[in-house]
Amino acid sequence: MSEPLHETRLVVNGVPRTVAVPARRLLSDCLRHDLGLTGTHVGCEHGVCGACTVLVDGRPMRSCLLFAVGVDGAEITTVEGCRSPGGGLGPVQQAFQDCHGLQCGFCTPGFVTTITAWLRDHPDPSEEQARQAIGGNLCRCTGYQNIVASVLRAAELLRNQEEAAR
Amino acid sequence: MTTRTVGEPIARREDPRLVTGEGRYLDDLGGGALAAAFVRSPHAAARVVDVDVSGALEVEGLVAVYTYEDLEGPMAEPLPLLIPHPSLHAGRTAYPLANGVVRHVGEPVAMVVARDRYLAEDACERIAVTYEPLRPVVGLDAAVAAERTVHDDVPDNVAAHMVQEHGDARGAVAAAPHRLKLDFTVERSASMPLEGRGVYARWDAADRSLRVYSSTQTSTSVRFALAARLGVPVDRVEVVAPDVGGGFGVKIMHPWPEEVLVAWAAIRLGQEVKWTEDRREHFVASAHERGQRHHVSVGFDDEGRLLGLAVEFVHDNGAYTPYGIIVPIITATQLLGPYKPGAYRAEFRSLYTNTVIVTPYRGAGRPQAAFVMERTLDAIAAYLGRGRAEVRETNFIQPHEMPYDHHLTFQDGRPLIYDSGDYPATLDKVKKLVGWDEFGAFRAEAHRDGRRVGIGLACYVEGTGVGPYEGAHVRVETNGTVVVATGLTTQGQGHETAFAQVAAETLGVPVERVTVVTGDTRRFKYAVGTFASRAAVMSGNAVALAAGKVRAKALRIAAEALEADPDDLEVAGGTVRVKGAPDREIALETVAVLANPLRYAFDEQTKLATQFAVGRGVDAPPVADDDEPGLEATDWYSPVRSTFANGAHAVVVETDPETAEVRILRYCVVHDCGRLINPRIVEGQVHGGVAQGVGGALYERMVYDENGQLLNASFMDFLMPYASEVPKVETGHLETLSPLNPLGIKGAGEAGTIPAAAALAAAISDAEGLFVDTMPISPSELWALRERHARKEDR
Repeated sequence: MSEPLHETRLVVNGVPRTVAVPARRLLSDCLRHDLGLTGTHVGCEHGVCGACTVLVDGRPMRSCLLFAVGVDGAEITTVEGCRSPGGGLGPVQQAFQDCHGLQCGFCTPGFVTTITAWLRDHPDPSEEQARQAIGGNLCRCTGYQNIVASVLRAAELLRNQEEAAR
Repeated sequence: MTTRTVGEPIARREDPRLVTGEGRYLDDLGGGALAAAFVRSPHAAARVVDVDVSGALEVEGLVAVYTYEDLEGPMAEPLPLLIPHPSLHAGRTAYPLANGVVRHVGEPVAMVVARDRYLAEDACERIAVTYEPLRPVVGLDAAVAAERTVHDDVPDNVAAHMVQEHGDARGAVAAAPHRLKLDFTVERSASMPLEGRGVYARWDAADRSLRVYSSTQTSTSVRFALAARLGVPVDRVEVVAPDVGGGFGVKIMHPWPEEVLVAWAAIRLGQEVKWTEDRREHFVASAHERGQRHHVSVGFDDEGRLLGLAVEFVHDNGAYTPYGIIVPIITATQLLGPYKPGAYRAEFRSLYTNTVIVTPYRGAGRPQAAFVMERTLDAIAAYLGRGRAEVRETNFIQPHEMPYDHHLTFQDGRPLIYDSGDYPATLDKVKKLVGWDEFGAFRAEAHRDGRRVGIGLACYVEGTGVGPYEGAHVRVETNGTVVVATGLTTQGQGHETAFAQVAAETLGVPVERVTVVTGDTRRFKYAVGTFASRAAVMSGNAVALAAGKVRAKALRIAAEALEADPDDLEVAGGTVRVKGAPDREIALETVAVLANPLRYAFDEQTKLATQFAVGRGVDAPPVADDDEPGLEATDWYSPVRSTFANGAHAVVVETDPETAEVRILRYCVVHDCGRLINPRIVEGQVHGGVAQGVGGALYERMVYDENGQLLNASFMDFLMPYASEVPKVETGHLETLSPLNPLGIKGAGEAGTIPAAAALAAAISDAEGLFVDTMPISPSELWALRERHARKEDR
């Protein structure tokens, strides 16, 4: 009794990919094990910790709560896709290093994707807003203080980037 | 160019990899490996009558199913008891797979190996296990009552009984002018790293060698344990801890049933096998900690000076004792904190229950210890009508009394002797940071607005850097890079950065040239592991010692090449030069080339070291009798005993008069871990420790029902703090150097967690005018406590 496979098309970090997966394959497992993008981490598999957060058509979603076949045709951005266009650290990633916003790094990909999306709509957040922005992701190492600082630092880097581009 | 790096808050060198998704955690490895999954007991106590695997056999992609019947030799024996102790008179460990009996929900009964995890779990669902359920022992009351037992041959459920005493504590209490009897309870919690456990094993049948990757805090010890269990020569076993997604204690336990079974199956099947723990498994099949109940008898004088302190407690060790009784031993000894207790007596019983095993979780018995001691001092202050800070000051060990001998035996089997610390200065500093003396005005103002606020403080001493030893290997490559390897493992502490700083400073090279490898037995075979806030102390000093040897050798070789006296040389910026003669210098990479006399050159640089290019003179051997080729060295750090860090937390809370919700307004930490290698990393450790402390004080507990079912085995129901629950932490540092090690450092990893529950309980008590003696405390529990207090039923 072989499981039927479904051809699924995704644009992942700008690259069109086609995979044949069983209907029950989670998007998180598809990204990690079928596409080899292991930067997306699985911390709870019940949608609470946020480590597996990816951007689906630009919006942060928990990839452990989505079936890969259910997002057929979508554009997916993972932590690997949050680099700067030149291949260096993206602004959110750079901010995490600048502010010591990570320790073990396991939850970090979900924070990076979440913050990347959030800063698009909140370019100049207050500290309190920054804290709220990360309020749906669990981190067991940092106590969040330096992640809040990373959000503010990333916003600053993005603003500097924009200014330089003008 | 300066090469001073120790003490600098440099950015972490591991971060670029980890922030871009290029880290390699356990489940990121072994893409083609077979997947293992486990059938686990749904009962807390039962006989296993039958395991019928026939239903699983049709599952597509099934490779193998194993039950206890399939195990033989050492695999069929109980797993090792890692830390035997004379007081652990009835230690018991589990079999890798249940042998006729299960003793907690989650205990593995059968292992399935299949093409992928989905299929392996399909097969697990089709394995029919027939159980004869028994009534379980759940909670300390049931364990003490012993109407039922966890192990047939332990009729009182007591695994261990231990007494430590210095002086006649009970006599001193009885003779004291004032006496109090107090009870304190701390509930179960767990380390709960975001990455669970995981094992990935590869057997090379042609080479007859095994490589195991494990998300562990001790790869070296896993290696020895696996070799012994699997009957493979140690030389043919390698264990690697890849990037590890947090540990906090739970991953120091080993070898887990899954660890030995996955490796064993890989050998049997001749194929790669991997198991990645899911979150529910982590709740019911890893380890918990903290569950203890304490009874204190204390006698003191009019100033609140302790004259006698007698503590009895019971410790819930779960169904087995593979890690021994380290946690209650630590409670019994670290309870004393920075204080002189007068006569002291600690007695504990470690009890079996039909629940998940208990092994150290960040703090490891110290959060309970600090809770008991600090709350006791608060009770004494309240009883005498004296200031809480004043009572602490009265009892402090003074700096001039160091080293201070408590005449007890610590968890490492060594005397409990504090090496250094300035406890009065620590308290003074945290009082200033939080504004202790000005709090009355703040409280009065809050009262006028109808708000309830309170302040609390708690002090601690933490024995860190326990032995027996760690080592390090440092090598300068012929391209000038420096490669450091140490055997202990990393779970987010930034060792790649901190150890590079130590090596760079000792050797006189830029830190960018140094790379660090940890937790890989291919690179360093002897180590103990990462626990007990020991990594910086142990491996940090080992790296410094090994780098010092390399530096000495570099100076000797450079002296020959420069025709100078080694004493006239210095190393800076990766170059050895004659002091005051800047033109006479030699690059460290050239020294590395010269250190290895060659017959064959492999690049331009190494032509310098071939036999017709260089020589020590034709009458001397190219490598002297007492020398070795290569600019490298190994050295070891093995301390005579632990070094003792200390600190104090002060916290301001507001409690909601209606909902009893607790809000943290200020959280201040002053700590002293000796010399700081990287202040930014230490600060991060403090932040994270406080977050776990807050979780343990206000939110986290393992809730078992009377049947031994863990009711909150998910992140939905086990409440770990989000950013909305963790306060901003204000920090201050003292740097009292440890006299016990060359770098003068003390451990910092666990400190943030240890006094948090005590400080929060004190602040809540202060806000509410009652006495909190149980942790954690939820709003509904605080509400109930208010009600009892109003009826004068609380104590």
